[in-house]
Amino acid sequence: MQFGVFTVSDITPDPHTGRAPDDTERVRNILAIAEHADEVGLDVFATGEHHNPPFVASSPTTMLGYLAARTRRIQLSTATTLITTNDPVRLAEEYAMLQVISDGRMDLMLGRGNTGPVYPWFGQDIRQGIPLAIENYALLRRLWTEDVVDWEGKFRTPLQGFTSTPRPLDGVPPFVWHGSIRSPEIAEQAAYYGDGFFHNNIFWPMSHTRQMVNFYRQRFEHYGHGQADQAIVGLGGQVFIRKNSQDAVNEFRPYFDVAPVYGHGPSLEEFADQTPLTVGSPQQVIDRYAAMRHEVGHYQRQLFLIDHAGLPLKTVFEQLDILAGEVVPVLRKEMESDRPAHVPSDPPSHAQRVAAARAAGQLHEQQAAAADHWTGRTAEDDIEAADAVGGAR
Amino acid sequence: MTARRIVALSAGLSQPSSTRLLADRLAEATRAELDGRGVPAEVRVVELRDVAHDVINAMLTGGVASPALTEVIDAVTGADGLIAVTPLFTTTYSGLFKSFIDILDKESLTGVPVLLGATGGTPRHSLALEYSIRPLFTYLRADVATTSVFAATDDWAAGSTAGEPSPLPTRITRAGAEFARTIAARSARGPAADPFAGTPDFADLLGN
Repeated sequence: MQFGVFTVSDITPDPHTGRAPDDTERVRNILAIAEHADEVGLDVFATGEHHNPPFVASSPTTMLGYLAARTRRIQLSTATTLITTNDPVRLAEEYAMLQVISDGRMDLMLGRGNTGPVYPWFGQDIRQGIPLAIENYALLRRLWTEDVVDWEGKFRTPLQGFTSTPRPLDGVPPFVWHGSIRSPEIAEQAAYYGDGFFHNNIFWPMSHTRQMVNFYRQRFEHYGHGQADQAIVGLGGQVFIRKNSQDAVNEFRPYFDVAPVYGHGPSLEEFADQTPLTVGSPQQVIDRYAAMRHEVGHYQRQLFLIDHAGLPLKTVFEQLDILAGEVVPVLRKEMESDRPAHVPSDPPSHAQRVAAARAAGQLHEQQAAAADHWTGRTAEDDIEAADAVGGAR
Repeated sequence: MTARRIVALSAGLSQPSSTRLLADRLAEATRAELDGRGVPAEVRVVELRDVAHDVINAMLTGGVASPALTEVIDAVTGADGLIAVTPLFTTTYSGLFKSFIDILDKESLTGVPVLLGATGGTPRHSLALEYSIRPLFTYLRADVATTSVFAATDDWAAGSTAGEPSPLPTRITRAGAEFARTIAARSARGPAADPFAGTPDFADLLGN
């Protein structure tokens, strides 16, 4: 099973000092957190994508491309990549490039985004969120799996004879998760394609998470990708850990009480009771998260939010140390202790996906970019070549 | 016959409150009419005061509803009939009342029979029900009963004119009877629908 961290990249003042990092410092802190997560042996680092302050992570593949070179083992991912407001052509290109650069040590999680104004800033309409997610992803898949794409849809300019480069590594596209909190349509989408489903439940009671995951599992089976319990599931979570439970509570409370997302609302105790937030000792975190599998079934990826609410970088590093050193080894053992043999421990790796595609006879030799249809020696060549690809004018 | 579930929502803040009293009376009038028609009904009165902190917390956290609040929301949105009663504060529904309505899913009261009530200090504000509260429920596409009931402090005095019944009880009885007829004319909604039942098949979503 994979255990990792995800950042929403918020800039929040430390309530003790009133000081907030500037954008540059926060970006560098996030990179340092990801590198440290790799050093201590966590399995996944995922970054959000936001286009409004106080969030700084606007350009995930730039960050992850840097991290691909700076890290050794950790899987690089997103939480989430906006499938609604990004051009699917750019997504196909950027994430295939990241896949090549990281040698397949990446995947991505698609989401719609919850910030209304981001849609018009990128020329879209939030009321079309679901149709955008569906059309854009259908195109994204085609751009990865078909070398030359003719396409026409509702939301972007048509494509004639378009080839997205670089072609996916070994001819196999990255593994895709679909993240959704409330929309069954997105769980349906994940199930239809046999992709992973991630429920970021950090604000939600387990009863809701269980319903969404169960729906995805049933539909995954319905579409013939395997048994319901073999569907690929990930969960969010958030923790603050100290050796002694009371120390954790005392240290985290000032951050919790004024955090932008839940500050001045429910008490720390109420929030911890109603959501996966766990503030306490390593054993408390282990017990709480080990029980998640009893709610949603055996799952493959658990991501923790640990760098939010203005926590200092030093504290976040300590949290990574405790998480990787004292929590994950025991939690992993617990999670695997009763996992049935037919239920995968991990989401499929790039190597597994290549092997599966090969076994299914889906892999052809990577198309060489030898035939350049577009830039002939003369304008006439160009038109003839274009006609050959795109049909007669 | 399946019992109709009537929820009477009171946004009164004091205890005891005249808003709660009006909610109780409207619920009783509704039940009496349903009884007379042989339609069994269960009445539940909800005081928003009990979940007031949870309502604000849900707003501040973008929707984290406590178990107690979730239970209230489910009861309100799953009711066969909703009696909604608010005190009038500075010309309109109370902030707590509106905040509760604001955290409901916008579709969740569509078509639900609703009976409106309000309380206030003087009769001068009685039309707030019509210019302020009714449009809120119209926006939510609820099926709002024609008669709404306003109770000013003086209305709680016993029979106004000798020999004549007090206008307030008469109005409550009429409103309850009218509301009950709407409820009786429909079949009971039964247990909450599977929230995933309406999810379109992916082929439909793809438009193929």
